[in-house]
Amino acid sequence: MTRSSSEPMLVLDGVGKNFLVDKKSIVAIDSIDLTLRKNEFVSVVGTSGCGKSTLLNIVGGLEEATSGEVRINGVPVTGPGRDRGFVFQSYSLFEWMTVEGNIRFALEKSNHTKAEKSELVAHFVKVVGLAGFEKAFPRQLSGGMRQRVAIARALVYKPSILLMDEPFGALDAQTRGMMQELLLQVWEDHKVTVMFVTHDVDEAIFLADRVIVLASRPGRLKRDIQIDLPRPRAFDIVTRPEFAEYKRQILSDIREETLKVMAMEQP
Amino acid sequence: MTSATSLYTRLARLFRLRKDIHPTLFTLSGLFVPLVLLAAWWGATAFGLVKPLFLPSPGDVIAEGWRQLTEGILFTDAKISTYRILIGWLVATVVAVPVGVLMGNFRIIEGALEPLISTIRYMPVVALIPLSILWAGIGDLQKVLILFLGTFFQQALMIMDNVKNIDANLIRAGQTLGFSNQEILRRIILPAAMPGIWDTFRITIGWTWTYLVVAELVAASDGLGRRIMDAQRYLATDTILFGTLLIGLLGLITDYCFKKTGQVLFRWNKAGR
Ligand SMILES: Nc1ncnc2c1ncn2[C@@H]1O[C@H](COP(=O)(O)OP(=O)(O)OP(=O)(O)O)[C@@H](O)[C@H]1O
Ligand SMILES: [Mg+2]
Repeated sequence: MTRSSSEPMLVLDGVGKNFLVDKKSIVAIDSIDLTLRKNEFVSVVGTSGCGKSTLLNIVGGLEEATSGEVRINGVPVTGPGRDRGFVFQSYSLFEWMTVEGNIRFALEKSNHTKAEKSELVAHFVKVVGLAGFEKAFPRQLSGGMRQRVAIARALVYKPSILLMDEPFGALDAQTRGMMQELLLQVWEDHKVTVMFVTHDVDEAIFLADRVIVLASRPGRLKRDIQIDLPRPRAFDIVTRPEFAEYKRQILSDIREETLKVMAMEQP
Repeated sequence: MTSATSLYTRLARLFRLRKDIHPTLFTLSGLFVPLVLLAAWWGATAFGLVKPLFLPSPGDVIAEGWRQLTEGILFTDAKISTYRILIGWLVATVVAVPVGVLMGNFRIIEGALEPLISTIRYMPVVALIPLSILWAGIGDLQKVLILFLGTFFQQALMIMDNVKNIDANLIRAGQTLGFSNQEILRRIILPAAMPGIWDTFRITIGWTWTYLVVAELVAASDGLGRRIMDAQRYLATDTILFGTLLIGLLGLITDYCFKKTGQVLFRWNKAGR
């Protein structure tokens, strides 16, 4: 049972990206077709440098595709917009603002009244478990807490799509596990389509309805696996045999790509 | 034997790579070096190892300071020099902040100004004194102009770097939240770069102080720098030495003020853990 509906919400239509390096054009992503349904949780994995961040940035409108286009509910993406929330690996909080200030800043461009804004901020502070830290500055928080602020900041203005680029990459294993469960909780409660980039295969499977494996150099779609594990999921789901089978499949795909890249790098 | 080893280990503890030492020890070590130099200075003059003409004794220098203080020269000199420093530095800063910020954000502006500024900053300011007199006369304006020239170009480049060094994802976060370029510039880039810019302020006002003597080299009748240059004519080494030390001290005080103000202004920038 998945929570996502069958409507296509986010469509990547032949998306490609070339970078100019030393006057030579390098293909980072080569024509990716991908469709995310409304409220679907999709993880993207692949070897380092295969173009995961580039792909996410294109969907976020932070980088332009060289070819193809991204459509949200049928409308082509031309730049960043408030229908998409972004969570970066490096937290990227506004360090001169308090926890509360960071979250409130995201609401500045919305039409809520002052009271509504305060209510929303208070709600999301609670959702990410930071009650009591409203007045703290980011530098005073641990890595996990900072990333929770970033998640609250990306959710508070109710974007329909949440883009996350290795958001838990810098966290220790325990904190990471807690954050994954928190994210699932928030996703179940707040109905949002998620595109989640990670290089942690366990994390990708645990969270997602679908895992996309990218091929390397240039980035292409290698595999698209439906994860049919029951929800809500708890940490012990990793012990199920289906989980192990998904993991084996994805790891062998990634291994194949890594070997390919290493062979290319031989003189 | 054991005490020798323990002394050795205790000394060795002071030289662990990048490890903190007791704060009192840190402060004391900062006093230790000047005190040793002072003692050496005193010793060298007291035992007649150098002629007073070349190196006056600490006592002579203090007496000279006392004379200037009681005659009121010290205060008027310090006042006029501080005034020039502040104006010169402020004018440089008021221009350098927008120029640096624009250069740091727009490649086209960086491309247009960087080669020019980088060239000018290597030109010796002393060589510009004749021109500065031609352009700005012999009043305060000329002094301020020299201080401006000595400060501005370095400052603009440093502010450009401060702006470039902020986390680029902050800008991206601003874009995803729907802010316009102008809003991002004002509400994200500037505050994010501000602690760095403040450090630049602190460093560059130090440089402005070092240009004081150059600024008051020609066509000045007052000021700390002027006093030093005048003293050269009479070989009044005690006046020269006192003036130099005083400029150093005033620079140190300025630096301290900037440091403390920065700590208050950017409290968020201090790790709380
Ligand atoms: N601005 C850029 N200019 C030139 N090349 C770039 C640029 N950004 C990315 N690339 C190249 O595009 C490819 C994909 O980069 P990308 O950052 O998307 O990889 P990634 O899958 O996110 O890697 P990682 O897992 O290490 O984060 C890489 O080969 C990288 O060198
Ligand atoms: Mg990446």
